[in-house]
Amino acid sequence: MRQRAGGLLRQAPRLTLALMLVPVAAGLAGTIAPAFGLGGTPGLQSFRALADWPGLGAAVRLSLVTGLAATGLSLALTLLILALLPGGRIFGAVLRLLSPLLAVPHAAVALGLAFLIAPSGWIVRALSPWATGWDTPPDLLTLNDPAGLALIAGLVAKEVPFLLLMSLAALPQTDAPRRTMLAQTLGYGRAAGWAFAVLPALYAQIRLPCYAVLAYSMTAVEMAMILGPTRPPTLAVQIALWMADPALAERGRAAAAALLQLTLVLGALALWRTGELVVRRVLLGAAARGWRGARLDRLLRPLTLAATALVLAAVGVGLAGLALWSVAGLWSFPDSLPQTMSLRIWREAAPDLARHAALTLGLGAAVAGVALILALACLEAEQRHALSPSSRAMAVLYLPLIVPQVAFLPGLQVAALGLGLDGTPLAVAAAHLIFVLPYVFLSLSAPWRAWDARIGTVGAALGASPGRIFWRLRLPMLMRPVLTAFAVGLAVSVGQYLPTLLIGGGRVTTLTTEAVALSSGGNRRVVGAYALLQMLLPAAGFAAALVLPALVFRRRRGMRAA
Amino acid sequence: MRGLRLDRLRVMRGGTLLVDLDLDVAPGEVLTIMGPSGSGKSTALAAIMGTLGPGVRQSGRIWLDGRDVTGLPTRERRIGLLFQEDVLFPHLSVAGNLGFGLPAGVRGAERRARIETALEQADLAGFADRDPATLSGGQRARVALLRTLLAEPAALLLDEPFSRLDATLRAQIRTFVLERARQKGLPVILVSHDPEDAAAAGGRVVAPAEGRGSTPEGT
Amino acid sequence: MFGRIMGTALACLAALAPAAGAEEAWDRVLAEAEGQTVYWHAWGGDSKINAFIAWVGEEAQARHGVRLEQVKLADTTDAVARVLAEKQAGRTTGGAVDLIWINGENFAAMKAQGLLSGPFAESLPNWRYVDVAGKPATVTDFTEPTEGLESPWAMAQLVFEHDSARLPSPPRTLAGLLDWIEANPGRFTFPQPPDYLGTTFLKQVLHGVIEDPAQLQRPVDPATYEAATAPLWDWLDRAEPHLWREGRAYPANEPAMGQLFADGEIAISFAFNPGRASAAIAAGELAETVRTFTLEGGTIGNASFVAIPFNAAHAAGARVIANLLLDPAVQARAQDPAVLGFQTVLDLDRLPDEDRARFEALDLGVATLAPEDLGPALLEPHASWMERIAEDWVRRYGTAP
Repeated sequence: MRQRAGGLLRQAPRLTLALMLVPVAAGLAGTIAPAFGLGGTPGLQSFRALADWPGLGAAVRLSLVTGLAATGLSLALTLLILALLPGGRIFGAVLRLLSPLLAVPHAAVALGLAFLIAPSGWIVRALSPWATGWDTPPDLLTLNDPAGLALIAGLVAKEVPFLLLMSLAALPQTDAPRRTMLAQTLGYGRAAGWAFAVLPALYAQIRLPCYAVLAYSMTAVEMAMILGPTRPPTLAVQIALWMADPALAERGRAAAAALLQLTLVLGALALWRTGELVVRRVLLGAAARGWRGARLDRLLRPLTLAATALVLAAVGVGLAGLALWSVAGLWSFPDSLPQTMSLRIWREAAPDLARHAALTLGLGAAVAGVALILALACLEAEQRHALSPSSRAMAVLYLPLIVPQVAFLPGLQVAALGLGLDGTPLAVAAAHLIFVLPYVFLSLSAPWRAWDARIGTVGAALGASPGRIFWRLRLPMLMRPVLTAFAVGLAVSVGQYLPTLLIGGGRVTTLTTEAVALSSGGNRRVVGAYALLQMLLPAAGFAAALVLPALVFRRRRGMRAA
Repeated sequence: MRGLRLDRLRVMRGGTLLVDLDLDVAPGEVLTIMGPSGSGKSTALAAIMGTLGPGVRQSGRIWLDGRDVTGLPTRERRIGLLFQEDVLFPHLSVAGNLGFGLPAGVRGAERRARIETALEQADLAGFADRDPATLSGGQRARVALLRTLLAEPAALLLDEPFSRLDATLRAQIRTFVLERARQKGLPVILVSHDPEDAAAAGGRVVAPAEGRGSTPEGT
Repeated sequence: MFGRIMGTALACLAALAPAAGAEEAWDRVLAEAEGQTVYWHAWGGDSKINAFIAWVGEEAQARHGVRLEQVKLADTTDAVARVLAEKQAGRTTGGAVDLIWINGENFAAMKAQGLLSGPFAESLPNWRYVDVAGKPATVTDFTEPTEGLESPWAMAQLVFEHDSARLPSPPRTLAGLLDWIEANPGRFTFPQPPDYLGTTFLKQVLHGVIEDPAQLQRPVDPATYEAATAPLWDWLDRAEPHLWREGRAYPANEPAMGQLFADGEIAISFAFNPGRASAAIAAGELAETVRTFTLEGGTIGNASFVAIPFNAAHAAGARVIANLLLDPAVQARAQDPAVLGFQTVLDLDRLPDEDRARFEALDLGVATLAPEDLGPALLEPHASWMERIAEDWVRRYGTAP
């Protein structure tokens, strides 16, 4: 009996990898085949059609620039916050706001931001006409700018909370406060000391989340549609447009573009990796020269405070704007507040809401739970059987995060149909699992592996079985990252749009499919209502991940986050 | 035959001999394995505990009270371990930490009584519900030892257990630990780089590879 | 002319047709439909439309015991792609899509690929009220004959919107519009083609500037295409630098443009729904001074349809819904600006008095033009025109230089 359990556990990593690999490969094959004309006239005509598209160069450039810039800025701001702000009041505020920020769907952040910065948006309204003299909105290109600045801003606002959360989960393993203090006593500035003493250990643990952010930023569709340039749009948006072309003739071109997108993501990752090495060289060089960087703080601290406040304010005020829109009647320019208020939208949305919320939560909790169990089984098997994950295995785990969704979901849909699995909550849950599992694994593995192994050795020396060590020592000690991973899983599941739509066949509707369908109409009133509701579920998960361990271990100083 | 016997225990990484020990430790005896950092002390320790990682080859046998424990997992060897740092479980109270060491067969009131008694003997009466993070260094060290002893080990392995403590405390704790071990008649292996520890322990002192250093296999 | 005669003939036939056999057949459909749940895949971007569909569902349940579920789509193609995927996967029965809100290109694509079931429309009991003669768009969808494969449920016509308080007399011709755009830079735009409404605007301009509009009813002739469309590009070349954001960005779709209009960023907007402005005013989303207008010579009009995929799991229920959508009471509700403000597809003269009274009692709203002021509804050009000009627009203006 025990032998069998051990055997099962040993197979957990392989089983999990198969769960990732098989659907992605099947989906990819089903989507890529049309790129080479398989099923029709084989050949490279799809790639020729892609090359003929006049916007190709610009779209590729946009994808690369917005993706790399958004990731770089997000990481920089995250690290600056962690290095410079702990102990201050702003840091406390950031921590409290983290969960709601993470939980807001991308589309809602984008729409909120759009309302804020549009020439007819809240900022201009607040200043008009008394300060600006405008009684009609100015004709300024603040949204959808050709350089993609608005898109980068939106992505940064959404990705900083994610990276921050990942870092906070990993930070307790880096002994950051003591190391920072030590560096400061040696005369190093706070930022420089942190970069030399803490960053290397921390970055090793958040490297994979950074890659996921990069891949996501390059392939995000909803945000780029709302904030990004339109002539041409980013490559990912153009793929989605081609996929949606009613003539069905553009599928080949879309498939070819999806392959290109995949290559771009891989290229960007390689570029990022090179950047890592360069930064490392620079840091090592500076540290070796004993560069103290004491004066740097005076410049960086205000900058960090300003940027953090800006991100918080942009998202917060943007969402407040959406919330206000959800109860607004007539609200024309340049009024700062609606002329009339109405609960019409909420009344109309109310009946659907309970049903959708229940299904969304049920799906999310089930998927996140299964993902958590699989991730724990893999990590535990890795520990007990001294398996070390090969880089190929890790690549498979990352496949769903790196392969653009638009590239493999349609193929997967055909596969699911062929098996008669589509249209049920179970099938949707299985599809969600493909995307949820990597995030759960990602957010859990670093803190899990960084757990002090001596604890396990001491436990074993005290006669505890591996099971007892797992349940009594490792799991409770890592309660915070475990719950955080669950909350991440819940949030990812709640946010899934394409998989739910395609695999659910429209019969499984969640808050998100409803919200995105509604936001395609650009109606700020309805979107405001749905966005608020849609963020409540995952926000509750994240809040639980912060509050529960603090509550359970309120009398254990050694369990507090650094 | 009582005591701990290392029977031609060897650990090799590639062609390098890291550990080569062939000796007996009698009940109540303290043997010190001494050497500078990187001399194979911690490998010797891992070999005895059964926590060697991949990439090394072990040969020879380990006998404890006449049992061959070489192939057993750590938890079945009944070798107690004290680390350089106390490594208390931060999420459990002092009593929770001690209780973790108690055999599962000890239940209910007896369990509590055993813990209370142990605490009293270590001058820690009334500490049961304390958060380990609020204890002083000396108190933590004592709790860690109590936890190890409550598990009823057949031998004790000390991994530089005193090196983090200040001089006065160090002597106190060292005496406390070694006395307990002798009382219980446990064979003790002390791993240290500090000659003072070795001297205070008063037993034999050996090097991890008994001074042979690196030799190709078979010579 | 021919179409009108044919239409009249068809209408006469339809009026005569309901013989005993047809009634029995319909009873069988009703019996089969009872208890079914119909999944209607319909664009879900407008909460008013969603609420209307929900109301239709209540009616269907009460009258026929058919449950209606709206599958809200961000894009109708999602449903088309779905049916196509089912066909590729070999699922010929029990498909997920029972009913699609569809027209134009999507219909042409599904028809061409044999993804539709039917013909069914002309055997619906309420078909006899459809104004086939007066509204030829009910049987000709972008020059594609519907052949009973889809059933109309709403008429749409392009109307322009302006705020009479800010712009009292808007231009009524294309030339006038161009002058106005040049005189008022940054105050006009259109959804970025290939968006449907944006491309419709291009077609409207093309219709106005092309030498012989009749050729639009035939597929594009590659030999004459360049010359035929040259005036369109001239018009756009002149307008583009003076468009909203100097033509460097465009709104994504009709609602996005509607929001720009509501925000006052643009002064003239347009919609494919003569009642939209009144409905938005009634909902408190537009100023009460907003009015609508059409261009001299007419604007493009078309119909919205429902179609049933070849493998629909609940085809009988879907037919019942299609028929219910043609019910005079349902049509009158759709035309109520407080509900939807969609134009009816029915011929009011053919309705029983009490049903006609429902329409006459409607307050069409301050901004809605009376039917006689709406002007002629121009037939949609052949779908190939839409494809070509959308493609060319993207090539000429769709990517930054």
